[in-house]
Amino acid sequence: MFERVVNLISAYAIPVLILVIPLYAALKKVKVYEVFCEGAVDGFHTAVRIIPFLVAMLVAIGIFRASGAMDILVKFFSPLTRLFGMPGELLPLALMKSLSGSGANGLLTDALKTYGPDSLIGRMASIMAGSSETTFYVIAVYFGAVGVRKTRHAVPAGLIADVAGILAAVWIAHLMFS
Amino acid sequence: MINYIWLALIVIGILTALLQGKTDLVTTAAFDAANSAVELSIGLVGIMTLWLGLMKLAEASGIVRFIGRLLKPIMKRLFPQVPEDHPAMGSMVMNMAANLLGLGNAATPLGIKAMKELQELNEEKDTASNAMCMFLAINTASVTLVSTSVIAFRKAAGSVAPAEIIGPTIIASVIGTAVGIIAAKILEKISGKGGR
Repeated sequence: MFERVVNLISAYAIPVLILVIPLYAALKKVKVYEVFCEGAVDGFHTAVRIIPFLVAMLVAIGIFRASGAMDILVKFFSPLTRLFGMPGELLPLALMKSLSGSGANGLLTDALKTYGPDSLIGRMASIMAGSSETTFYVIAVYFGAVGVRKTRHAVPAGLIADVAGILAAVWIAHLMFS
Repeated sequence: MINYIWLALIVIGILTALLQGKTDLVTTAAFDAANSAVELSIGLVGIMTLWLGLMKLAEASGIVRFIGRLLKPIMKRLFPQVPEDHPAMGSMVMNMAANLLGLGNAATPLGIKAMKELQELNEEKDTASNAMCMFLAINTASVTLVSTSVIAFRKAAGSVAPAEIIGPTIIASVIGTAVGIIAAKILEKISGKGGR
């Protein structure tokens, strides 16, 4: 039952949004085509703007993997991560998530390429990558903007949320896909 | 931080390769990775363009504001120190609605505006208030309805069902957010300062 509902959401989310948003906008007298294109220009720039960041990250990760260093790291931590059902291969992504968005994107694409997007590892990596923001980036930008230096419990609370999100991703990937 | 990680990946990688005599593999890997980064990004262009176009419509037609109204009752409980009609409430609600729709570019300026308004209520200007910590805990966990870039990456990597992770991602991010809220509530008691 639970799995059926989750699958239904996945299957219908995009078609429903593509139907409902322009319809509702038209009802509200928005010039749908023109406004759509305005946003589309932003989307295009965003996608192109990430290319250099992705090159920088994927090259570093590619070197790390080809040298065999990734295998050593994974082998070392696997017994630990396996305790809570996470393949050791995903530890780098789990750690990177809170630190850097482009780093996490690089590790996600690396995992999708190496293990396949429809493997358990690929799916788990996708859920992990999609389910939280880059904690340290958000904290730096938001506190930086108002000049707050003593951040009190913002970092621990954010990191606890990240850990919970990662464990939840591991759990639900097992539940739905294995 | 990310500067050290990036450097460490490269230095450790090359040193390991030297020790294991795999330097030729490293050369190929570096060039291959640079190439595939560009290919992947190009695969991303179409979907990101479509999605941000759609989301601009959501913004212009008032859907973001509508979601904001739905979130209002929850906000009162999360931020008891912030007066209900204070502008910070409005900015935070709009920021969360934008995040929910995956509108990162729209969410950040709204979030910064919210932080400035929270700072007006803050008694010690260099120290985070409880409301700020709660706002950031929710923001870093961030429930996202459709994680477009992940779907686009999956599509580019040749997935047969790139969107199948939407439902599971919502569940995982809701759990992360809930834990973040609870953690912020508990930690604010421990960390004292009772400040607003």
